[in-house]
Amino acid sequence: MKIGAPKELFEGEARVAMTPDSATQLQKLGHECLIEAGAGAAAGFSDAAYAAAGVTVVKTAAALAKAAEVIVKVRPPVDAEVKRLHAGQTLISFFYPAQNKDLLAAANATGATVVAMDMVPRISRAQKMDALSSMANIAGYRAVIEAANNFGRFFTGQVTAAGKVPPAKILIVGAGVAGLAATGTAVSLGAIVHAFDVRPEVAEQIESMGANFVYLDFADAQDGAATGGYAAPSSPEFREAQLAKFRELAPEMDIVITTALIPGRDAPKLWLADMVAAMKPGSVVVDLAAERGGNCDLTVADQKVVSENGVTVIGYTDFPSRMGAQASTLYANNIRHMLTDLTPGKDGVIVHNMEDDVIRGATVTHAGAITFPPPPPKIAAIAAQKPKEKARELTVVEKRAQEVALFRKQTRNQVGLLAVGTGLMLLIGAFAPASFMSHLIVFALSVFVGFSVIWNVSHSLHTPLMAVTNAISSIIILGALLQVGSGSWLVIILAAISIMIASVNIFGGFLVTRRMLAMFQKS
Amino acid sequence: MAIGIVGAAYISAAILFILALGGLSGQESAKRAVWYGIVGMALAVFATIFGSEVVLSSFGWAVLVLMLAIGGVAGWYVAGRVQMTEMPQLVAALHSFVGLAAVFIGFNAELELGRIHALMAAGTPEAADALNALAGFAKVLAHKTAVEVNILKVEVFLGVFIGAVTFTGSVIAFGKLAGKVDGKAKKLPGGHFLNAAAAIGSLVLLVMYFNGAGIWTLALMTLLAFFIGYHLIMGIGGADMPVVVSMLNSYSGWAAAAIGFTLSNDLLIVTGALVGSSGAILSYIMCRAMNRSFISVILGGFGNVAGPAMEIAGEMVAIDAEGVAAALNDADSVIIIPGYGMAVAQAQQSVSELTRKLRAKGKTVRFAIHPVAGRLPGHMNVLLAEAKVPYDIVLEMDEINEDFPTTDVAIVIGSNDIVNPAAQDDPNSPIAGMPVLECWKAKQVFVSKRGQGTGYSGIENPLFYKENTRMFYGDAKKSLDHLLPMID
Repeated sequence: MKIGAPKELFEGEARVAMTPDSATQLQKLGHECLIEAGAGAAAGFSDAAYAAAGVTVVKTAAALAKAAEVIVKVRPPVDAEVKRLHAGQTLISFFYPAQNKDLLAAANATGATVVAMDMVPRISRAQKMDALSSMANIAGYRAVIEAANNFGRFFTGQVTAAGKVPPAKILIVGAGVAGLAATGTAVSLGAIVHAFDVRPEVAEQIESMGANFVYLDFADAQDGAATGGYAAPSSPEFREAQLAKFRELAPEMDIVITTALIPGRDAPKLWLADMVAAMKPGSVVVDLAAERGGNCDLTVADQKVVSENGVTVIGYTDFPSRMGAQASTLYANNIRHMLTDLTPGKDGVIVHNMEDDVIRGATVTHAGAITFPPPPPKIAAIAAQKPKEKARELTVVEKRAQEVALFRKQTRNQVGLLAVGTGLMLLIGAFAPASFMSHLIVFALSVFVGFSVIWNVSHSLHTPLMAVTNAISSIIILGALLQVGSGSWLVIILAAISIMIASVNIFGGFLVTRRMLAMFQKS
Repeated sequence: MAIGIVGAAYISAAILFILALGGLSGQESAKRAVWYGIVGMALAVFATIFGSEVVLSSFGWAVLVLMLAIGGVAGWYVAGRVQMTEMPQLVAALHSFVGLAAVFIGFNAELELGRIHALMAAGTPEAADALNALAGFAKVLAHKTAVEVNILKVEVFLGVFIGAVTFTGSVIAFGKLAGKVDGKAKKLPGGHFLNAAAAIGSLVLLVMYFNGAGIWTLALMTLLAFFIGYHLIMGIGGADMPVVVSMLNSYSGWAAAAIGFTLSNDLLIVTGALVGSSGAILSYIMCRAMNRSFISVILGGFGNVAGPAMEIAGEMVAIDAEGVAAALNDADSVIIIPGYGMAVAQAQQSVSELTRKLRAKGKTVRFAIHPVAGRLPGHMNVLLAEAKVPYDIVLEMDEINEDFPTTDVAIVIGSNDIVNPAAQDDPNSPIAGMPVLECWKAKQVFVSKRGQGTGYSGIENPLFYKENTRMFYGDAKKSLDHLLPMID
């Protein structure tokens, strides 16, 4: 198949859906690659580099659209591009079918198959083609860089000859892929990072990156698994609790990065005007949700604004595009993985298997029909969370009471056991002769010695312990030795056999123990 | 040799045995401790042979030396040849010997008792002469009072019973561990009722024997005890073997102690009690490590499941050697969790080589050992020691469990239930509450496993479906050997 990547028409878009590297990989799948002249220029890939990778450089978009059977793109197609589609052709790009109903209908009318990269289901197998995640990762990184660029101080704390510099305090709202990427970047720059999310289960991920999770004391926390790993709208009470927490944090924070998005809805307003007003002059707010209305009241999409009290609010919507080379590399790889799945035979023949969860989920039009929304995938994205019961912190008094109760119980048990044991001994003593009792004393004491000695044996030496106890339990040989001098033949024979097998044990047990112990060595 | 000297030798031997067991608290002191055991045993045997209680004809000496020599050479040969992976079956086989010896010695006591009573009953001058000429054990018997003889009978009976159960139990355990008997839990129709019936039958026989019904009751009880030993261990599956072997270890000690009572020999009693309590503690530790009661292990099978198991969502994702190698090359800290599968695949040398290579690159490599990993308490430690893995990087579960969240890569080699998160997450799981190694908290987990099936217990393992888990299918040794050249 011929796979073609046109130049992106959206103004300022630096990304391209095919790189020389991804083209090389696609050719290995048996495909032929085409690219529109100048498509990779903004991302730093020259036409010559493509040509060197075996890609045919086509002069115009129209010629490319005619020649290629598969069109790969970044942004959703504009009208002109939709018009160039024809039946039997496949378009792979971001599409946002839920928001772009008209575009979806127009594309379907051409008879082309459309694979929306933003519709790839979030299951483990599809992670390699999850373009939303790879773009969010870049956005998170870039958000910190943009913040640093507009922030007049160091991120990391320093003590210099010229004075002490406090570290920057950063709050990250929403710990999705972008939030986590931002957390990692900010931590590695040396800032003190706090991160918040409505899904309490991400606390572990946040803490694993070296940031503090902002705990919200709220009973009815939601389970992210129910919505395929995305956040769901929260109740008004929860929202109030959340905003109160933010108000409390606002004066301390130097930088706030908001990444809160709910699938299929406008971005929730979380960083309100009064919070911006409470921040120190020179602080920075970066709103990664600007394209969908923004999390911050003051956000203006695609612009940087400065509030009355000197807080910079950044509402750019093109963070990935600002890192064209990186974004193109990752996006092209996502596309390449999608095409790998679409080319199961690695023979350059595209098989559009609508039974496959991933392909079915991402396909929005196929064979002249709109196939959006897809049925739910056969396997859930994330294991259902079990309700976690948090152990209640015990007060000192309760702890003390517990200890006392435990001690009492232990005392009762011990005294009880001792009483029963003594009673039993007395009973035996009443009937048994003295000779037996003296042996019984030896026996009981030995059991006690045995118990206290064995508890100290190191776990790693349990096998040698068994071998050595084996060897010494063949002390039973003494019995046979005492009997072998008997006058009865039968007794002599049985005793002789016993001596033999017991001595196998003695020699075998001790030797194998020595062999094992000799192997244990220190590094 | 005078009685006093023999007694002194016995005291020394008993103390040496206690020191031998106590010395196993550390790897270095253990090397000295085993010598204490050897010296103690030598002392005890020589003191007995040259003591006044044993009077031997030259023929008796010949038999004694010959038997010691045969047994010694056989023991020497086996101990020198055995593979470390075969330790469980060796230990089981050695237990069976102690059991069998206990049975024989018990029977001997009964035979001697019968002989003396016959002589006493005869009342003829020849018989009286013969009585006076008695030596050794028979002489001791002849001087017992009626009450003492009754107690002796109970002791003989108990010694033979425990010995017989230990014998067949150990033989079956040996067969299962060596793969000669099917490792699955099997019971005859009737299940534990058969065992209970045999035990009650033995009790009835004890009463009959006590009242002088003769040696046939002892013989019949022995057969019943053989059956109990056989049937009990047949009903226990392979992964519960650590408990079974420690339990048999304990029994062999109690059998020795019972025989010690029979023979009025304190050294036997002391040693038997030491070994018996040692085995009992090991069984307890193993049971606690599986969060199961001793009874439930011995009666076989898992406890009743309270409800349906939690649904596992997600999928198993396979990875090839290149992927594992890349992750290992990037990692700073690695924890390896070996299990029975490593022993089966004989992969310990490859694991050791992997460890050496990773450590040479300055990475932290440690081993996490679950108490019931393998088929014998401490089995994994011995295998790793054999492969020259330094013991100070081999850690117990409690020492290392907290370190998983800060670990880059956890490698699970041939273990399953001991790394099953369902034990913590799913209250309905058959292994709920069992302490497990929390390897899923590591950043990445690789599971080396032969195929997709469940482990011994047949429980699904949600670990394999976790997002940070990758399955590295194939025979553990082959997979590792394939992986080794890629670590640079």
